Amino acid sequence: MSTAVAINAGPRRGWRSAGTWIGAVIVGLALFCAIFAPLIVPHDPFAQDLNRRLLVPFWMEGHNPDFILGTDQLGRDYLSRLIWGCRISMLIGVTVTIVSGVIGITIGVLGGFFGGRIDDAVLFAITTRLSIPVVLVALAVVGLLGTSMTLLVLTLGLLLWDRFAVVARSTSMQVRNLDFVAAAWCAGCSRFRVLTREVLPNIASHLVVVATLEVALAILLEATLSFLGLGVPPPLPSWGLMIAEAKDYMFFSPWVIVIPGVALFVLVLGINLLGDGLRDAFGTRSRT
Amino acid sequence: MLRFLFRRLIVALLVAATVMTLAFILTRLSGDLAISIAGPNATAADIEAVRKAYGLDRPVLEQFLDWVGRAVTGDLGNSYFFQTRVSTLIAERMPVTLTLGLTGLSLALLISIPMGILAAVRENTNFDRAVQMVALIGQAMPSFWLGLLLMIVFGLSLGWLPISGTGSWEHFVMPGIVLAFSAVPALTRLTRAGMIQAMGSDYIRTARAKGLSRASILLKHALRNAAIPVVAIAAVQLGFMLGGSIVIEQVFALHGVGFLAWESIAKNDFPVVQAVVLVLAVIYVALTMVSDLLNAVLDPRLRA
Repeated sequence: MSTAVAINAGPRRGWRSAGTWIGAVIVGLALFCAIFAPLIVPHDPFAQDLNRRLLVPFWMEGHNPDFILGTDQLGRDYLSRLIWGCRISMLIGVTVTIVSGVIGITIGVLGGFFGGRIDDAVLFAITTRLSIPVVLVALAVVGLLGTSMTLLVLTLGLLLWDRFAVVARSTSMQVRNLDFVAAAWCAGCSRFRVLTREVLPNIASHLVVVATLEVALAILLEATLSFLGLGVPPPLPSWGLMIAEAKDYMFFSPWVIVIPGVALFVLVLGINLLGDGLRDAFGTRSRT
Repeated sequence: MLRFLFRRLIVALLVAATVMTLAFILTRLSGDLAISIAGPNATAADIEAVRKAYGLDRPVLEQFLDWVGRAVTGDLGNSYFFQTRVSTLIAERMPVTLTLGLTGLSLALLISIPMGILAAVRENTNFDRAVQMVALIGQAMPSFWLGLLLMIVFGLSLGWLPISGTGSWEHFVMPGIVLAFSAVPALTRLTRAGMIQAMGSDYIRTARAKGLSRASILLKHALRNAAIPVVAIAAVQLGFMLGGSIVIEQVFALHGVGFLAWESIAKNDFPVVQAVVLVLAVIYVALTMVSDLLNAVLDPRLRA
């Protein structure tokens, strides 16, 4: 997607920390929905009932109070599907970030810390990765191997490690020459210990900021792939898939695509706001 | 300078070679291609025939070298579905994708450069905050969803623009806007940050001391320096846009390269899929080289 060149705005202002709080509330709510989805859904998100297809949401005339956000083209409760979709978005966002984080951080730290030939190889890997069109390759892999959550997570994880690698590389490059690392060497620490105990904790705050951005990106990509029919397999209610399934009805009942789209937009916005807030709080200015 | 260029060229070629290998591996991931091509109702004999016909009975390494050998000369093989040369197919579809990409990039630059400049000039005012909010919103907006919303509003409710197809320039307005939206946040932030940095520098103070007009300082002195990274990133952004246009082409039924790739994935048309991946990657690599060159040309300090 975009190379988000995140260069920070000046000092922290009231409105920025307000943004952070809004972001935190949105993310908290999403986490709550994701974790407790089976307990809080008002209806079975998979139960179809063709007698109550496309019921309208609460703000429109003639709505059914049992179905606050209406129902979809198969009569499934939209609110329940929305909540369940949140679970899927968060699950994919977090797992993809873990996979890509492990790959990217390992590669980046190795390159930044050891430099020389290793760093050349790492830079080459990053360059190559950036030249690969993510959406296309992810679509091709899922298209060839079939849709499944595991495959989706692995594919996206293998494609999205670049930002982690870039940030881990540049930050560990700065840390490597600091006194406490030299002290650890002198104390006879092993390479592994220096890397895990001295370098990693000191670049962790930068990596947390990257991680939030990556969760947001992974959620957007999952929705995109699901929208194109090669992401989360139906009948699972991914927000992208909900938009795709509702597309045929959008000219008559626009709310069918507005509701999941707004959910997706608000969640991604919330995660980004939280990420920006964390960046300010840590005083880091990671260029990605 | 020459040395730098030469190094960049070598790296670019190596990247292209790696992507080639990856694209080839990608299409072999599914196991036996012949089974997928022959379809679900094929008999063992059919599959065997397909395997022979497409040369899939040869050792994988031989197939790979054969593909690489042809691809280097511009022959990307034949499409299984369209029964024509892949290179012809891609050449036919490329103008649509390029039109879309360039429209998107132009719109993005037209929006983000003035916005970035104004935000920098009025740093920490409400206008600046609004611009940053727009950037955040742009980052969070799913492009396919924005496309659908625009279709509902401008296509159906207002009836101003056609919602699908490629007949006229009007067909590219909505897709162009959607594509531009994805690049605006990065370009705006970069312009703003560059301008703020430039405005705080010594040569701007000198220019002020000389009594130059505000417009002259902004546009002739500050912008020229702030523009360097923006122009360079714009080239890279175009590469991302061409790769990302697959989604927008699908939403607006624009029959470009992305649409071709999407169709081909659905039809198990492997030669087309691997060729599109390769072509888009090579374009991206070429654009990053252009970006480096632009950097060097625009910024004399890098020319050493």
